[in-house]
Amino acid sequence: MEIITSIKPLLIISVSLIAVLLIAASRKYPNLRESWTILAAITKFSLVVSMLPLILKGKVIEYFLISVLPGLDIKFRVDAFGIFFALTSSFLWIINSFYSIGYMRALKEHAQTRFYICFAIALSATMGIAFSANLFTLFVFYEMLTLCTYPLVIHKETPEAIKGGKRYLTYLLGTSIGFQLFAIFLTYNAAGTLEFSNNGILAGNGSALLLTIIFILFIAGIGKGALMPFHSWLPAAMVAPTPVSALLHAVAVVKAGVFTIIKIVLFVFGVDLASQLGLGHGLAYFASFTIIASSIMALRQDNLKLRLAYSTISQLSYIILGVALLSPDAITGGIMHIIIHAFGKITLFFTAGAIYVATHKTKISELNGIGKQMPFTMTAFTIASLSMIGIPPAAGFISKWYLVLGSIEAHQMPIVIVIMASTILNACYFFNSICSIL
Amino acid sequence: MIEIFLGKYNYWIYITLMMIGFYAMIAKQNLIKKVIGMNIFQTSVFLFYISIAKVKGGTAPIVWEEAILYDNPLPHVLILTAIVVSVSTTAVALALIIRIYKAYGSIEEDKILEMSK
Amino acid sequence: MNISQHFPVFVIIIPLISAVIIPLVGRIRRIYGWYVSIAATFSSLLLSISLLRTVFEKGRISYWLGNWEPPWGIEYVVDYLSGFVLVVISFITFIITLYSMKSVGKEIPEDKITSFYSIYMFFVAGLLGMIITGDIFNLYVFIEISSLAGYALIAVGRKRDALIASYNYLILGTIAATFILLGIGYLYMVTGTLNMADLRERLPLLYDSTVVRTAFAFFSVGLSIKIALFPLHIWLPNAYTHAPSVVGALQAATATKVGIYVMIRIMFTVFKPRFILEVVPVSQMFLYLSAVAIIAGSVLAIGQKDIRRMLAYSSIGQIGYIVFGIALANKLSIIGSLIHILNHALMKGGLFLVVGSIVYKTGITNIDDLKGLGKKMPFSMAAFTIGAFSMVGVPLTVGFVSKWYLALGALQAGKWVFVLVILISSLLSAIYFGRVINNIYFKDDGGGHTTKIDDAPAGMLVPTLTLASCCIIFGIAAFIPVYITRFAAEMLLGG
Repeated sequence: MEIITSIKPLLIISVSLIAVLLIAASRKYPNLRESWTILAAITKFSLVVSMLPLILKGKVIEYFLISVLPGLDIKFRVDAFGIFFALTSSFLWIINSFYSIGYMRALKEHAQTRFYICFAIALSATMGIAFSANLFTLFVFYEMLTLCTYPLVIHKETPEAIKGGKRYLTYLLGTSIGFQLFAIFLTYNAAGTLEFSNNGILAGNGSALLLTIIFILFIAGIGKGALMPFHSWLPAAMVAPTPVSALLHAVAVVKAGVFTIIKIVLFVFGVDLASQLGLGHGLAYFASFTIIASSIMALRQDNLKLRLAYSTISQLSYIILGVALLSPDAITGGIMHIIIHAFGKITLFFTAGAIYVATHKTKISELNGIGKQMPFTMTAFTIASLSMIGIPPAAGFISKWYLVLGSIEAHQMPIVIVIMASTILNACYFFNSICSIL
Repeated sequence: MIEIFLGKYNYWIYITLMMIGFYAMIAKQNLIKKVIGMNIFQTSVFLFYISIAKVKGGTAPIVWEEAILYDNPLPHVLILTAIVVSVSTTAVALALIIRIYKAYGSIEEDKILEMSK
Repeated sequence: MNISQHFPVFVIIIPLISAVIIPLVGRIRRIYGWYVSIAATFSSLLLSISLLRTVFEKGRISYWLGNWEPPWGIEYVVDYLSGFVLVVISFITFIITLYSMKSVGKEIPEDKITSFYSIYMFFVAGLLGMIITGDIFNLYVFIEISSLAGYALIAVGRKRDALIASYNYLILGTIAATFILLGIGYLYMVTGTLNMADLRERLPLLYDSTVVRTAFAFFSVGLSIKIALFPLHIWLPNAYTHAPSVVGALQAATATKVGIYVMIRIMFTVFKPRFILEVVPVSQMFLYLSAVAIIAGSVLAIGQKDIRRMLAYSSIGQIGYIVFGIALANKLSIIGSLIHILNHALMKGGLFLVVGSIVYKTGITNIDDLKGLGKKMPFSMAAFTIGAFSMVGVPLTVGFVSKWYLALGALQAGKWVFVLVILISSLLSAIYFGRVINNIYFKDDGGGHTTKIDDAPAGMLVPTLTLASCCIIFGIAAFIPVYITRFAAEMLLGG
C-alpha cells in the first residue's frame, strides 16, 4: 500500500473553520453569510472528490500535524472507508445548506449566525473523524462534534429544548468520557499505541477478559452509535430545527458514531481478534435487540420526527450489525447502509421539515390529506420510505441484501430472522405514516 | 513509670500547654480568646525548642574561658525568628478583630456567623 | 564575580525590596505602586526563566546565602523541580499583577491600594522563597511570610464577610504552620541539621525512630491544612469567595500550588520515596484521601450558587488530583501531578480572572444571574469557556494532558478504580461548568438579541486571554512542560 503525504486532509478540515470566521465577520449581512456557507460546502466537497482518484488506485493519503504527547499524535489518514464517509457527509452538507437557508428564513429563526457557525464546525469535526489516523485524533474530533452540535440542538432555547439538550450532552459526553476515554486509557496501557492498523493493535496485548472489557467500554462509550440503552438522546434531540435533525441523523453525528464503532472493531481489534473472542457475535445480538426494540417503539410514536428518530436508531444498528458479523458481505452491507440510510433519512427529515414549515403540524394523526396539498414532498417521502423498508428498486434493498447474505455466510440464522422481522416492522410504520398522510 | 513523667517533664509541659492553646483556638467563641489560645499554642512550641537546646551541665552559650560545655545556641536563634513571626501573626489577628468589631459590632463568633447569613 | 551567580537570591530580594519601595513611591502617585509591582514580578519571571535554563545547561544550582557553606548556612536550591515551579508561579503572578489595576481600583478602598501592592509583593516573595529555599527552617519563615500577607490580602476588600473568612484562615493557617515548625523541631532534635539535602543523607538511618515518624505526621497534617486537602479544606471556600477578585485568583492559582510543592519537597527530598511507600505507607492514606477529595470537591461544587464558591470547591477537587499523582509515586503519575500544578494555575487563574471581570463590569456573582453575558462580554466568556473545557479535560486543552498522565500512572500501578475516580470527576465538573456555560450562552436575559458588547477593559482582557490561550497552547504543545517535568520526576524518584 503506497502512502502519499498531502496536506489536503487538513485543508478539508480547515475549510469550514475558515468559513466560521467569515460567517462571524459577515453576521450583519445574511446573504453574504449564507454564501460563505455554500462556498465552503462546495469547496469541501470538491476537495474530497479531488482525493478520490488516488484512493481508488489503492493509495493512502497521510498528513501528520503535531505530536501532543509521546504516543498522542494528531494525524490524518485517508483510506477508502474514510473517504467514503467524507464524501457522503460533505455532499449532504451542500444540500443541507440550501435547505437550512430556506428553512431558517421561512421560520425567521433567531441566532442564525450561531446556527451556521456551529454547523460549519460540526462539518470540520466530521471530516476529522473520517480522516483520523489514530484513536486520539478520533476522540478529539468526536468530542468536538458533540460540543458544537449542542448549541444546534438547543437552538430554540425553550425550556423543552434546554431539557433535550441536557439529555443530549449527558448521554454523549457521559458515555464518551466515562467509557470511551477509559477504554482509550486501557488500550494505550495495553498496546502502547493508539494508531489504527489493518490487523488491529490489541491482538496479543492482554488477557481475553481485559480485551472484552475494553471492547464493551468502547461500544458503550460511543453513544453516538445510539445502541440501546444509550439511545434516548436521539429522540430527545428532536426538539432541534429540522436541518439540525438532518445533520444529526444523516450528515454527521450518528454516522460518526457508527463510523467510530466500525473503525474500532476493524482497526483497533481487527477481524481476527474480534471473532476469536466472540466479540462480534455478542455485538451482533446486541444490535439485533436494538433493531427490533426501536422498530416497535417507532410504531408507537405519533410525532413524525420522533418516529423517524426511532427508525434511525434501528437503522444504525443495521450498520453495526453488518460490521459485527465480521463477514465480508455483511461488512460491505453495513458500510453501504451508511450512505443509503443517510440519503433516505435526510429526505424524510426534509419532508418532515417542509410539512412543518407549510402547516406547523408535527403529529402524524393531524396530517390527514397533506399529500394532496404537497404532492412533490409526499412523493419524496414515499420513495425514501421504500428505501428505508428495503423494497426494490430502492437502494435500501441492496444493503439489506448484503446483510442477509453476510449473516448466512456467518451461519447466523437468528440474525436473518431479525432482519426479516424488522423489515416487516419498518414496513408497518412507514406504510402507516404514508397512508395516514395521504 | 515515674521516669516517663518526671524524666521528660519538659515534654509534658509543652504538650499540656499546647493542648490548652489548641482547645482555646478551636472551642472558644470569643475571637480574642482564640488569639490568646493561639499565643499559648505557639509559646508551647517555643518552650519545646528551647528545652531541647539544653545540654546537661552546659552553660549559657557565651564565649568565655570556663565555657567548655555549653547549650546549643541554634534553637534559641531559631526561636527568636519564630517569636517575631508569632508577634506578627498576633498583630494581624488583632487588627482583623478590630475591623470585625467595627463591621459587626461583636467579637463573638456565633453572633457574627448569624449576622453574616 | 559574575552577577548571574546571584540570580537565585535576586528572585526573592526584588519583590521584597519592592514591598518596601511601594509605600514610598505610592505617596507620589498611587499608580506607581502598580508599576513597581509589574516591574518586580516581571523581573522575577525573567530571572526564573534564566535559572531554569541554567539548570538545563549546568545542572542543579546551589546558592550559599551570605557565602556560608551548607549545612551551616542557608542554601537556595534551583533544580528541575524548583526551577519549573518558579517559572510557573512567577508567570502567573506577573499576569495577575498586569490584570490587577482596574479590578483593585474598584474593589479595594482607594487609600489602601498602595499598602495592598506592598503586601502583595510580600506574598509573592514568600511564595518564591518557599520554592527556592533548601533550608527547612527558612522554609517555615517563608511559609509564614506568604501566609501572613495572604491573610491581610483576603481581608483588604470592602466586604465584611472577608474579615471573618480571613480570621478563620489565620487561625487554621497558624495551627498548620506551628505543626510544621514542630515537625522541623523534631527533625532537628535527632539530626542536628536543617539543610534539606543534609537531612536526606542523615534521615534513612533513623527511619525507624518514633521521633522522625512523629515529625512526618506533623508535616503531613500541617501541609494538608495549607493545601486544603479534603477534609481539612474548610478555610478555603470562604477565603476564595469573599476575597477581592484579584486576591481570589492569586490564592487559587499560586498559594495552594506552592503548598503542594512543599509537600513534594518534604516527601521526596527530605524523606526518600522509600519512606512514604514502604517504611510508613502514608502514600496509601494520601491516595484514598485524595480520591475522596477529587469526588467531594466536584460534588460540593455542583451544589453552589455563587460562582466563586463553585470555583473554590472545584479547586479542592483539583488539589486532590495533584496529591493523587504524588501519592501514587510512579514516574507517569508524578509527571501528571507536576503538569497539573501548571495546568491548574493556568485554568483556575484564568477562570478567577474572568469572574473578576464579571464583578468589575456587572457586580454579579450568582450563577443564575449570568444569563446573556455571552453576548455582552464575548471575549471574557470565551476565556471562561476555554478554562471550563480545560477543567473538564477536553482533549487539546491542558486539562487533558495531566489527566492522561494521572490515568496512565494509575493503570501502571494497577489501580483501575482510580481511573474511574478521575473520569467520574471529569463528568461532575462537566455538570457544574456546563450549568454556567448554559446560563452564559443559551439563556435569555430578557435583553433579546440586541445586547451591545460591553466587555472588560483591555487591561483586564489581555491577561485573561493570555491565560486562556496558554490553556490551549500547552494543551497542544504539551511536550514542553512534559519535557521539563520528566526530568523533575526522574530526579524525585531517583535514589
